[in-house]
Amino acid sequence: MIKFQGVHKWFKDLHVLNDVNLHVKQGDVLVVCGPSGSGKSTLIRAVNKLEPIQKGRIIVDGKDLSDAKTDINQLRAEIGFVFQQFNLYPHLTALKNITLAPIKIRKLSRQEAEGQATTLLERVGLADKRDAYPAQLSGGQQQRVAIARSLAMKPKIMLFDEPTSALDPEMIGEVLQVMQGLAHTGMTLMVVTHEMGFAREVADRVVFMDYGVILEEATPEEFFRNPRHERAQLFLKEILSPMH
Amino acid sequence: MFNYQFDWAVVTSGQYAQWLLAGMKVTIELSVVAIVGSFILGLIIAVMRMSNVKPILWFAHAYLEFFRNTPLLVQIFFWYFGSYKILPKVVNDWLNTTNFEFSAAVIALTIYTSAFIAEDIRSGVRAIPKEQMEVAQSSGFSYLRSMYYIILPQAVRLTIPPLINQFLNLAKNSSLAMTIGVAELTYQARQVESYTFKGFEAFTAATLVYLILSIVITWMVTLYNKQVLNPLGVR
Repeated sequence: MIKFQGVHKWFKDLHVLNDVNLHVKQGDVLVVCGPSGSGKSTLIRAVNKLEPIQKGRIIVDGKDLSDAKTDINQLRAEIGFVFQQFNLYPHLTALKNITLAPIKIRKLSRQEAEGQATTLLERVGLADKRDAYPAQLSGGQQQRVAIARSLAMKPKIMLFDEPTSALDPEMIGEVLQVMQGLAHTGMTLMVVTHEMGFAREVADRVVFMDYGVILEEATPEEFFRNPRHERAQLFLKEILSPMH
Repeated sequence: MFNYQFDWAVVTSGQYAQWLLAGMKVTIELSVVAIVGSFILGLIIAVMRMSNVKPILWFAHAYLEFFRNTPLLVQIFFWYFGSYKILPKVVNDWLNTTNFEFSAAVIALTIYTSAFIAEDIRSGVRAIPKEQMEVAQSSGFSYLRSMYYIILPQAVRLTIPPLINQFLNLAKNSSLAMTIGVAELTYQARQVESYTFKGFEAFTAATLVYLILSIVITWMVTLYNKQVLNPLGVR
């Protein structure tokens, strides 16, 4: 579903993606972790070309991103993207945030789109917030609306870029549960997160990155029980017991 | 001590009041058409001014510099006395059957004001976090559609106070249309003065109408913002 082949990216002198090779199969749940500045956000943003790459190939759903014939807008409509900062449209209600793209891009009627949005809001537990504006919602609620907004496009792939990092601790669970529910539907997920509990329970595979390089790719069992790379061992120690 | 005889009846009743009323109607028409036109044109120029396509960017740049840095009166004269000289005869013949004074004034006011509005809207767009564009594009909206559906509605909200200023300037600047013979309010007030020598009354009446018009414009835009654009008053 998503294939990275020898991908490189530089920000000026900084080599943020260094020969990345990765294959995410249909229905896979892939968790990407690593210290900040390791290139994991850049990696996930490259999948829908929010970050262009300078070398290598990325193939999503059979389409090469660097191919001039690939209609990037059409491809992006098939890829849901959930941001760390939610980024709901502040001028629209929760319902309208969800229905905008289906109406304008998928050409759904207002009625169809609203019916579908209502179902999605129920699924993320926010049926009563359909007419609320983002400013009236908590962080966790905003992030759940953002997930519903992405799902409304019926994407083939969902990308999550640190979806819980900007949330208060007591709101993290509600978002992770929605994501877990998604994983069970068989959707292809690529998730950048520090939530190791989520990685352990939900992921099919875990990728550990540092300095733009994929240092380790393993099943969660392998990764947590027996991380091979020294950087990964250190990272896990830091993140699992920060006080030691 | 002055020995001027006030005669307010001149402007409150009879033929001269009719003239002022007719002038007021033309001023309102001129203002409303040019406000709507300059707002739409301002949005378009603002988007062009932020384009990545060099020729479009250069055009917008030239447009802004040209129309912001030349006097409105000269622009009005240009459209009225200058533009038709380079148009084909058929167009000219058609123009003569229309109210060309009015059209020239609308064109001048619209284009002149659009340049200022474009810059205000552009500064509003720059205040919108860049993530809004990213999220719009990642749902499959092209750059222009992201602008239209997501960025500009938010930017216009932020731009309301400077937009009101531009609309007020436009309404007041519409008085310059009298120089090419548009029978708007100032033109009619001067007519009344010429016929009656009641300059104080005539121009006081005109002043009051401009004042009320300005207050109504401010009030309507503010109300539209509160009711439609930004009911919660956020950001």
